Amino acid sequence: MSTDPTVLAEAAAPDAERLLADLPPTPAVWCSGLRKRYRKQTAVDDVSFTVGRGEVLGLLGPNGAGKTSVIKILLGLVRPDAGEVLLLGRPGTDPQARARVGYLPELFRYQPWLTAAEVLALHVRLAGAAVPAREQRESLALVGLTDRAGDRVGGFSKGMQQRLGLAVALVARPELVLLDEPTSALDPIGRADVRDLLLSLKERRVAVLLNSHLIGEVERVCDRVVILDKGRVAASGTLAELLGQRELRLRLDEVSAEAEARLAAAGQLTHSGDSYTVTLPADQSATMVPDLVAELVRLGVRVHAVEPARISLEERLLDILRAGTGGDR
Amino acid sequence: MIARTVLTLAVLTLQEALRRRVLRSLVVMTVVLLSLSAWGFYRLDSEFGTLTSGEARLAASTVLNLVMFGLSLIAALGTAFLAGPTLAGEIESGIALAVMTRPVRRSAVLLGKWLGLVAFGSGFVIVAGLGQLLIVRITVGYWPPQPATGLALLAAQTTVLLTLGLLLSTVISPMASGIVAVGLFGATWIAGVVGMVGEAFGNDGMAGVGTVSRMLLPTDGLWRGAMHAFQHPGLSQFPAFEDSPFLSMAPLTATYLAWAALWVAVVLGLSALAFQRRDL
Repeated sequence: MSTDPTVLAEAAAPDAERLLADLPPTPAVWCSGLRKRYRKQTAVDDVSFTVGRGEVLGLLGPNGAGKTSVIKILLGLVRPDAGEVLLLGRPGTDPQARARVGYLPELFRYQPWLTAAEVLALHVRLAGAAVPAREQRESLALVGLTDRAGDRVGGFSKGMQQRLGLAVALVARPELVLLDEPTSALDPIGRADVRDLLLSLKERRVAVLLNSHLIGEVERVCDRVVILDKGRVAASGTLAELLGQRELRLRLDEVSAEAEARLAAAGQLTHSGDSYTVTLPADQSATMVPDLVAELVRLGVRVHAVEPARISLEERLLDILRAGTGGDR
Repeated sequence: MIARTVLTLAVLTLQEALRRRVLRSLVVMTVVLLSLSAWGFYRLDSEFGTLTSGEARLAASTVLNLVMFGLSLIAALGTAFLAGPTLAGEIESGIALAVMTRPVRRSAVLLGKWLGLVAFGSGFVIVAGLGQLLIVRITVGYWPPQPATGLALLAAQTTVLLTLGLLLSTVISPMASGIVAVGLFGATWIAGVVGMVGEAFGNDGMAGVGTVSRMLLPTDGLWRGAMHAFQHPGLSQFPAFEDSPFLSMAPLTATYLAWAALWVAVVLGLSALAFQRRDL
């Protein structure tokens, strides 16, 4: 048997390649321990999360929670005081990490002296991508700006500039898109368009990091949510994990102490007047609600209404944020 | 990759200069100045009919420098108010955000913008300056000894000023950077005049003011070199003209030109550093 090292290396090379190819793809975004202080104000404090390939992650939180700062750190616009960033497997400090990244800033403005089509061509050139003119026009059509391709951006309304911003974010065939409040200037139709756009990105397995105040928007399109509060990650998880709890709203009459105890045994109970709300645990059995109602009736309670409800992301968000403030005091 | 970014940004900056209102105001100011000077030179020729041709040329050469100063002032104003908004304004408005998140180095973006501005400023100075020289030639028949050197030095002066404007715009607001750059330009010119008066009266302290300011900001030094290239060689024979702010007795030294080039490189490097460290 040959012990020539070059022969061994040649034999090993295809193996190594196969090994690399078999590795799961690196996440679209990986960040760890991000910190940023502006003078005395801590904007971002030990934030870590990942966005998988093809995953849509929602970034939620109140004003000043540090969402935009986190996005700017990921994109190298802001230098973090500490922490590491990997975009599509490359360190964030390397400009090439952003080659397949699209970004719509919260403060979106484009060269007013260029036409919409010229702005897209500029971004394609800067991205180093070979996107034919036809495909660039398709990006404009996608955001409903086909008719305005030859008009100067200076004459665009805010909503149209935001649509252009979306086209800019999507034009260079990105594998990761970061959208900072993508619907802030859009009318209801524009918002619905953005929702469809997000769903089509999801279909094409483009990873999306979405920062939005519109919780309904996030709830409809996001696979996972990270909630930021005062620069820290207050909670994170899939929607099912965060919204696992359900509640049961009842309108009841003649509730005895015994019946109330039975209700309290089913889950956390709150009531005002004749309306009772029971927060049910996530792992409830399918027969739990009918069983409870049957028992209430047996205990002489008159049941006017039973309404199972899912806790909305909004309520959950408010819960988490209020708990956070309570903990500080 | 870097070369493409630099080139793209240079073309974009030129496009911006050509499409924004700054070009229109530059053209209007230049046309006004050139037509006024054309009329002036025409009158000069007809009113001073009693002068010998040599005397007329000396007079024309002196007035030419005066008009060229006006031209360099327009170029200074134009480029300083273009250099400021191009960086600081884009950071303030958010235009920079989308550009900087492309796979580009900030230093390459800065270099591209600088190149675009240099091309625009130099182009303006050369076209307008050449127009002025032709007007003088047609009206009074005077042609400067080294027109190319003079125009190149005027372009270099514009480059120095816009590099300063670029550095200022990485640290202060767009308007402020334009105003400070033009203010410093004016201050150096005045310091240069003070230095000349000092030399004429043998006052070393005053002369030093001119020398130091010419080192700190090479605009005035380059301007003096340009004047020397434009003026009639016969003028240096008259010591009485020595303290005129629109005449220069000696050509520029190679050392001074090297210093000006180094100055531009250092200031550009500082701008790149400041821009690199800035949070957008």
